[in-house]
Amino acid sequence: MLDFILQPWPWWFSGLILAGIMFSLLFFGNSFGFSANLRTICSIGGAGKKVKFFDFDWKKQTWNLVFLLGAILGGFITNQYLTLPDQVVDISENTIQDLQALGFAAPTSIQPSELFDIEALFTLKGFLILAIGGLMVGFGARYAGGCTSGHAISGLADLQLPSLIAVIGFFIGGLIMTFGIFPLIF
Amino acid sequence: MKFIKYLIVGTLFGIVMAKSEAISWYRIQEMFRFQAFHMYGIIGVAVVTSIIGVALIKKFKLRDMAGNPILFYPKNKSIARYLIGGTIFGLGWALSGACPGPMVVNIGYGFMSFGVVFVFALLGTYLYGAFRDKLPH
Repeated sequence: MLDFILQPWPWWFSGLILAGIMFSLLFFGNSFGFSANLRTICSIGGAGKKVKFFDFDWKKQTWNLVFLLGAILGGFITNQYLTLPDQVVDISENTIQDLQALGFAAPTSIQPSELFDIEALFTLKGFLILAIGGLMVGFGARYAGGCTSGHAISGLADLQLPSLIAVIGFFIGGLIMTFGIFPLIF
Repeated sequence: MKFIKYLIVGTLFGIVMAKSEAISWYRIQEMFRFQAFHMYGIIGVAVVTSIIGVALIKKFKLRDMAGNPILFYPKNKSIARYLIGGTIFGLGWALSGACPGPMVVNIGYGFMSFGVVFVFALLGTYLYGAFRDKLPH
């Protein structure tokens, strides 16, 4: 049992828990949609004074901010207590080779040090990758009306065509970045 | 106290994102390169289970814990906003290796650089709000 928890969790187990989280939020009278928090935080920061889109009763989203705090806590707990030391992500050999061709060393943890070490953040290229990546995720999530949780899980669960279109968009963008832009920037 | 259940479920979300390695940039690359089933398995099981559950909620008109009916609202019909917005999202997802949830889980995990990703995601959200009227929806 303890060994099962400390090892990386299998896809089927993780998928079932995600569905359980989605149902829990429905049972609590809300719905699963993480990126709504980004809008809420903009509103709390006073964006509603300048831009009408952020002028809404954000207090109704307090539950979602608490969920966000939980997500941070969950990451902390996993790293501190639920993971074997020196856990290396077990990705496919093909991916390792493809990424090596782009200049990434084989994984030594769950994130590439080339992108997420603090030293990388203080290079112009490293900073721009994180900044532009985040910018596009935030802009695109609100433009599409949701992110992976709101569209790929909540929306598809309700068989909503708009969510399917959004998920297709996620993949169009991801494939353009991976196969079109990565060879130019790495 | 009424928020404690959201803290618990949010914490479980953070744990499952981290333990399934869905917060890993490598896993997102592996997914977009179609080189493993892992991420498709996670999302696939979540979606199929959710589809069945939502159908049952509708069929039996189940209620939430406050006794209100659980309702599902159809999203506005459009192609442009979902396709263009989704594509921009996907570009950022592949580049940073994280959608909004995993960004904050990564911060908790100790990858502080994701704080920068998250701040710029907030800025992106703000820019959408500011230019919303000029974008095709």
